[in-house]
Amino acid sequence: MNETLVSRPQVAPSALGPAPPKMAIANLDFYYGKFHALKNINLAIADRRVTAFIGPSGCGKSTLLRTLNRMYSLYPGQRATGEILFNGQNVLESGVDLNMLRAKVGMVFQKPTPFPMSIYDNIAFGVRLYESLGQRAMDERVEWALTKAAMWEEAKDKLKQSGMALSGGQQQRLCIARAVSVKPEVLLLDEPTSALDPISTAKIEELITELKNDYTIAIVTHNMQQAARVSDSTGYMYLGELVEFGETDQIFLKPKRKETEDYITGRFG
Amino acid sequence: MGADSATVFSPSMSASQVARAARDPNPPAQRRSAAPWQDWLFEHTTMFFAVFVLALLLGILLALGYAALPAFHKFGLDFFVTNVWNPVTSQFGALAPIYGTLVTSAIALAIGVPVSFGIALFLTEMCPATLKRPLGTAVELLAAIPSIIYGMWGLFVFAPLFGDYVQPVLQKTFGNLWILGPLFQGAPNGIGMLSAGIILSVMIIPFISSVMRDVFEIVPPVLKESAYGIGCTTWEVVWNVVLPYTKVGVIGGIMLGLGRALGETMAVTFVIGNAYRISASLFAPGNSIASALANEFNEAADPVHRASLIALGLVLFVLTFIVLALSRMLIAQLAKGEGRKT
Amino acid sequence: MSTGMTTLYRKRLFVNRFNLLMSLATMAFGMFFLLWILGVLFWQGFTALSPTLFTEMTPPPGSAGGLANAIFGSVVIVFVATFISTPIGILAGIYLAEFGKVGWIAKATRFINDILLSAPSIVIGLFVYTIYVAEVNHFSGWAGSFALALIAIPVVVRTTENMLHLVPNTLREAAVALGAPMWKVILMVTLKAVRGGVITGILLAIARMSGETAPLLFTALNNQFWSADMNAPMANLPVVIFQFALSPYEDWKTLAWAGALLITLAVLVINILARSVFRQASVR
Repeated sequence: MNETLVSRPQVAPSALGPAPPKMAIANLDFYYGKFHALKNINLAIADRRVTAFIGPSGCGKSTLLRTLNRMYSLYPGQRATGEILFNGQNVLESGVDLNMLRAKVGMVFQKPTPFPMSIYDNIAFGVRLYESLGQRAMDERVEWALTKAAMWEEAKDKLKQSGMALSGGQQQRLCIARAVSVKPEVLLLDEPTSALDPISTAKIEELITELKNDYTIAIVTHNMQQAARVSDSTGYMYLGELVEFGETDQIFLKPKRKETEDYITGRFG
Repeated sequence: MGADSATVFSPSMSASQVARAARDPNPPAQRRSAAPWQDWLFEHTTMFFAVFVLALLLGILLALGYAALPAFHKFGLDFFVTNVWNPVTSQFGALAPIYGTLVTSAIALAIGVPVSFGIALFLTEMCPATLKRPLGTAVELLAAIPSIIYGMWGLFVFAPLFGDYVQPVLQKTFGNLWILGPLFQGAPNGIGMLSAGIILSVMIIPFISSVMRDVFEIVPPVLKESAYGIGCTTWEVVWNVVLPYTKVGVIGGIMLGLGRALGETMAVTFVIGNAYRISASLFAPGNSIASALANEFNEAADPVHRASLIALGLVLFVLTFIVLALSRMLIAQLAKGEGRKT
Repeated sequence: MSTGMTTLYRKRLFVNRFNLLMSLATMAFGMFFLLWILGVLFWQGFTALSPTLFTEMTPPPGSAGGLANAIFGSVVIVFVATFISTPIGILAGIYLAEFGKVGWIAKATRFINDILLSAPSIVIGLFVYTIYVAEVNHFSGWAGSFALALIAIPVVVRTTENMLHLVPNTLREAAVALGAPMWKVILMVTLKAVRGGVITGILLAIARMSGETAPLLFTALNNQFWSADMNAPMANLPVVIFQFALSPYEDWKTLAWAGALLITLAVLVINILARSVFRQASVR
């Protein structure tokens, strides 16, 4: 295995100890109309760890992420069968309070999506949905969220300006601040840096490593090296199947399946 | 809760140092419930207003139909084919206004369609880029001018000039011909079906040309380029590639213009002459459904007279409805072929 | 292998040049009429402009006067009609864009709406007459506003729906991902994102209403005197112009031209305003 392909942080993941599953996926199948997009997925997303999903375009990794917060329910014709256990409940059942689920399982998208409001309101919008905070408490929460996303210094004098007036990297960090501000239990990141320049990408990867101390994170990325840098567990997907899933070190240094090895070494995809 | 105010954040800290320093991950103690009935109420409120639009159409048909019943009771289907309009004896037949509506609209199309096509061709193929927007806007401006201004200009400016300079020439040139002759008989006083038709044509030009422009621009450039590539002239590309490709949409645009022409009131009322006559000559005065309504409705005291006028209105509505429905289906069909919504 | 132009080629070139020339001619034809009509309007209207237009009422035949009551009436009728049509149009447009993916209601409404957009306005006036004016037995400003609102609603519905379709799905999903209920997503994020375009649609509807005569003929009718009573016939510019222009009195005809100029200026100004609002909103 070519060790120079991936650069690893100094802390060995096993030093963090074993982690209980925050979300457990069992026998998950997903359909876009008649198209069978996810086939019998089984895996556990560990609490306060980063789980990454890699694979070539169209392999279903984004689809998988979007089942975790039932985002697909917005669209008729998309459906999922199986079990996704979160806080003792199967998220895929009908009758689940979707809005509440999404307050607890947050998502950041590939393209930065600032709302057409001020920076302050972008963050306050989510908080106001479920909590009644006084002015001072809201100010503190906004500052806290922006600090968590390493945006406070840059944004603190511009809080009343439109969120759309920021640069791409700043907008994405604003979206992360917004997702964090409602204090979710899980954070889903769908290719969060693919639309950004390398410097913003590096900042956000640093953020992810920090955020995992407090949140469970699942990240989809088409950049293998990013997955290797940032995650504790990695799943390799191909054509809707979970080919291999395990600790990141093991996947990248000693993959068990030949398909995984081919993808990692660039012989395929 | 909240950031530790004793912590000092300095610009030299890295992102992770800053994030580590602001630590309070605990989920909020209390989350309000999401109240799903709110969404149900919102969706059904908006649905109500959407259904309102549907109900409006139904309402128009029912209300006008009901109010027109006295006329249909008295005259039956003969109403549509008799040419009589006598408030004194309470005898009414719609043939003259229907004829006038159809003839003026036909004239408007005969002039308006080629002109609109020329304008659309100019704006899509020939116009230099800097002029495209101002000229396009100028054409749209024709649609913005209120129709009563067309009427006034038509009556006070266009009609006298038309009657003094153009009509005599037409009469002299065509008046004695075997087939076209009867079309140009009568006193050239500037008003009548032809004048109304011409003014109407100017009014519908922006509508037809705007649809034509839109559909011309849907044509994939690669199709046109392959024609140019074998040496076709601009005209040949338009005639042999663009038009056949957009044919359905072009017809839809023409029908849209027709729909507008059929229902136009003010521009026609001023110059059509307000006479319940059917005459072969285009110079003759006549009436359209809309002009008859505009001129007479408020003075009609006899309930049968009223009902007959409303019946006219119903006829106009049904006619334009059919034309506009066809137009929309044709335009949507072309746009669907491109995977785009109109 | 230049053998000189064949006759076929020369004929093709000629046909091409001829038709392109014709196309230029049609453009000139259109511009000619536009400038002619606007020119006549401005010439006739300007000479009739004077401050008395705004201070004196519509006069009896043969005397001088102004258009104050008609201007006031038109402003009030259009304002009320806007107030009625805007919420209905926006909410229906929201239904079509946000909830209209399944079921037949959205498809049918879109179809009917497009037809009503171009329906003859005189029939709309007739409709309001039969269900309202004939029932209460008098003309009124309310009836006029109602008729104009029915003409404006399809415009607002269409522009609102088109604007909402421009919002990328990721923006909606981002709001949904925070746990926001659908109505907050739509009203506070999606609609807000295109509010410039929606306002433009409303302005265009106002411009359209301002220029309509036929629907007012059988609803608001006209009123010689100053009246602020919406429940009675109300003076309005288009009907006054119609009545005055077709009369034999020179004083009245002059006032008609002045009124026509006022209406056209209002419509043009609103159109320009609408375009600049839209441009500003999209630049942001």
